[in-house]
Amino acid sequence: MTETTAAPATTESVEEFAARARAWLAANMPRIDLDNPPEADRGEEAPWLRARELQKMLWDGGFAGICFPREYGGLGLPIAYQKAFDTESRNYEMPVILNTPTFTICAATILDTGSEEQKRQHISGVLRGDEVLVQLLSEPSGGSDLAGVITRADRVGDKWVINGAKTWSTSAFAADYGLMLARTNWEVPKHEGLTMFLVPISSPGITLRRIKQVNGSVEFCEEFFDNLELGDDAVVGEVNEGWHVASRQLYHERRAVGGGSEFASGIGAEGKTDMPIDYVELLEKTGQADNERVREMAGRALVHRAVREQLIDHVYHGVLDGSLPPAAGSIIRVTHAETHHLEFDTVLAITGTSAVVAGDDEMLRYGERYLSRQAAALGGGTTEIAKNIIGERVLGFPREYAADRGVPFNQVKRNKS
Amino acid sequence: MTDETNPERLLFASTTQSFLEKEASLSRLRELHAAGASFEADWWRRAAELGWTSLLVPDELGGGSVSGDGVADLALVAELAGRTVAPGPLHPVSTVLAGLVEVPENHEATIESLLSGEVVGSWAVYEPSRPWSPLDATVTATRTPKGYRIDGAKDRVEAGAQSAVLLVVAQCDGAPRQFLVPTDAPGVRVESQQSIDLVKSYARVHFDGVEVDESAAVGSAEQTPDLIARQSHIAQMLQCAEVVGILDTVLAFTIQWGFDRHSFGRPIGSYQALKHKYADLKIWFEACRATTKAAVAAVASRSPDAEMAVSVAKSYVGEHAPAMLQDCIQLHGGIGVTWEHDLHLYLRRVTLYRSMFGTPEDHNLRVYALTKAAS
Repeated sequence: MTETTAAPATTESVEEFAARARAWLAANMPRIDLDNPPEADRGEEAPWLRARELQKMLWDGGFAGICFPREYGGLGLPIAYQKAFDTESRNYEMPVILNTPTFTICAATILDTGSEEQKRQHISGVLRGDEVLVQLLSEPSGGSDLAGVITRADRVGDKWVINGAKTWSTSAFAADYGLMLARTNWEVPKHEGLTMFLVPISSPGITLRRIKQVNGSVEFCEEFFDNLELGDDAVVGEVNEGWHVASRQLYHERRAVGGGSEFASGIGAEGKTDMPIDYVELLEKTGQADNERVREMAGRALVHRAVREQLIDHVYHGVLDGSLPPAAGSIIRVTHAETHHLEFDTVLAITGTSAVVAGDDEMLRYGERYLSRQAAALGGGTTEIAKNIIGERVLGFPREYAADRGVPFNQVKRNKS
Repeated sequence: MTDETNPERLLFASTTQSFLEKEASLSRLRELHAAGASFEADWWRRAAELGWTSLLVPDELGGGSVSGDGVADLALVAELAGRTVAPGPLHPVSTVLAGLVEVPENHEATIESLLSGEVVGSWAVYEPSRPWSPLDATVTATRTPKGYRIDGAKDRVEAGAQSAVLLVVAQCDGAPRQFLVPTDAPGVRVESQQSIDLVKSYARVHFDGVEVDESAAVGSAEQTPDLIARQSHIAQMLQCAEVVGILDTVLAFTIQWGFDRHSFGRPIGSYQALKHKYADLKIWFEACRATTKAAVAAVASRSPDAEMAVSVAKSYVGEHAPAMLQDCIQLHGGIGVTWEHDLHLYLRRVTLYRSMFGTPEDHNLRVYALTKAAS
């Protein structure tokens, strides 16, 4: 039992907890300017080192893992305590880049499916700021068809030998462990022959490469596995039951994207590029504050932004009270992307030439951000897959035809090389 | 908007719903249209007996609501009315009452007659050829020894021809004021205006030297902007709630059509192109419901954010609802553009509401202005 936390969990009210957090934050954590939050570019090394330091400070103060169970180092408190802490910590520097995927997806999934030993090691590891976790799911050979992975784990003696490649792993260069989905049985249909492994990123046999995106970001990585050796203790859940573990990851990911995870701690922006667009400032800077046409366009974007927030709340409570099925999380997923598109289309229209040819107004960055507009409709599952989910699992229409359904994976047609 | 935990509201909802199903069905709507009628006075009296007119009126003025949250109860009535695009003066009567109950002095008798359903009243706020701008009236109220003389013209007055009394916005001493004017007063002339709705009727009303008493004024000059804001919020919130009821109903039968209608040996809802259109409709519907719910809550609690919440909802619902109805027509195929099919009854109402009491574009400007004022 890890007993480093100071909170007398069950007797303290939310208000008392918030008051204690307020005092502790003021005495221990660095304050930030909300209009100018510290840059935490996930593609750089320094923000990750800083996030680990900040997390260690939270751990030492007894405010780490508010909703994680006490036996793994958390405080074991309900979500109301986390929300109160989020409110109190708004003006302080927080390790927000650890929220997703480390806390909200990876640690949450290990909590659901991991062995006792894995939970003890990794959940308290992330809460102490000692470990950063990452997902190794997508592969270069296929995007939306996640269960069609072809990275292989072969049994050799008492070891597993891994060969293959993974891609689109967020900041794997800064991580300690990754949840990696591999095929362990090729003679059964695709969902039935998968196993999840917890892989130390620094292992020999892993080659890591940065992916450079259109906007210049290098936060995502690609990993190549050449005879990487793992023991049985690396298996998460059961052998050939990896799809169950991956499904929990997808579930936690959908909740995290919508802002509905109790495991996230701190709600600030990850730097200036992560802040919502200030249309009033933008119109003033471009000399269009009196232009009715432009004000109307900006107003429309603000309307859609407000409705997105109202929709998140509505769907969260709808799923909770059963008036909407859990798959309705995809409604938030699509709306997030479409609102993002509308905002950047609006910004491109407002900024005109200053977003495409540099002047002295720093507007070119809006043009650059427009170039990676589609990332919002691709990351965490595409908009098209989300619409399939809504059509099939919310409205109940017949599922799309799948040529690989019920077919042993080694007989399924794959990419022409 | 249905609060499942409140048994009184559930009972009120089920009584209202069965009344609407029996007495305001779609076939009844078509009969009224064929007869050139808007609604029957007796029908409205019975709706008033069910409590529709009392929800915004405090107990001491003879009103009351089942749940204690009259605004939410009223939004529920509007949502249920949307299911059959019901006729009747729910919106104009509620809007007038919303203003009168804030400043009831001298108006107790009017409130009582509106409450009972014996009398219909409407808000005369728009003016010919002018956009939604409720504080900018060109109709004038000039002081006379006994009261005021009203001159000018209003239009788009809902149920104007059926109304015994109008709440008229007019300029008086350089500021907007409101006056209760009986439609049988000398100098009042009412001309009917056709609308694209099957039964909702509107009127242009001319005021030529209409004399009213001092007591016809509703509220002081200082109170008037807040009264007009409150009335606007009620009118706009009611539109959004009714549209949510319309969309809920139309989506339900359009989704069912996706299961039942077969092409090339498959239900049409199994085709991905249509499945994705259905998914979009579901997303926009839940968003319309979410934003309307937020607007109703803000108006009910008289939140300082009510203005913003209502404009956000009015813009979003106004932008999406007509396009969603057109998508539903597309999903139905050719039958969707026939007079016999009910889709156009719903399309007419949502198209009407898109533009009345501020277009989405008007409300986008408002949202920008409110954001700027807060920054």
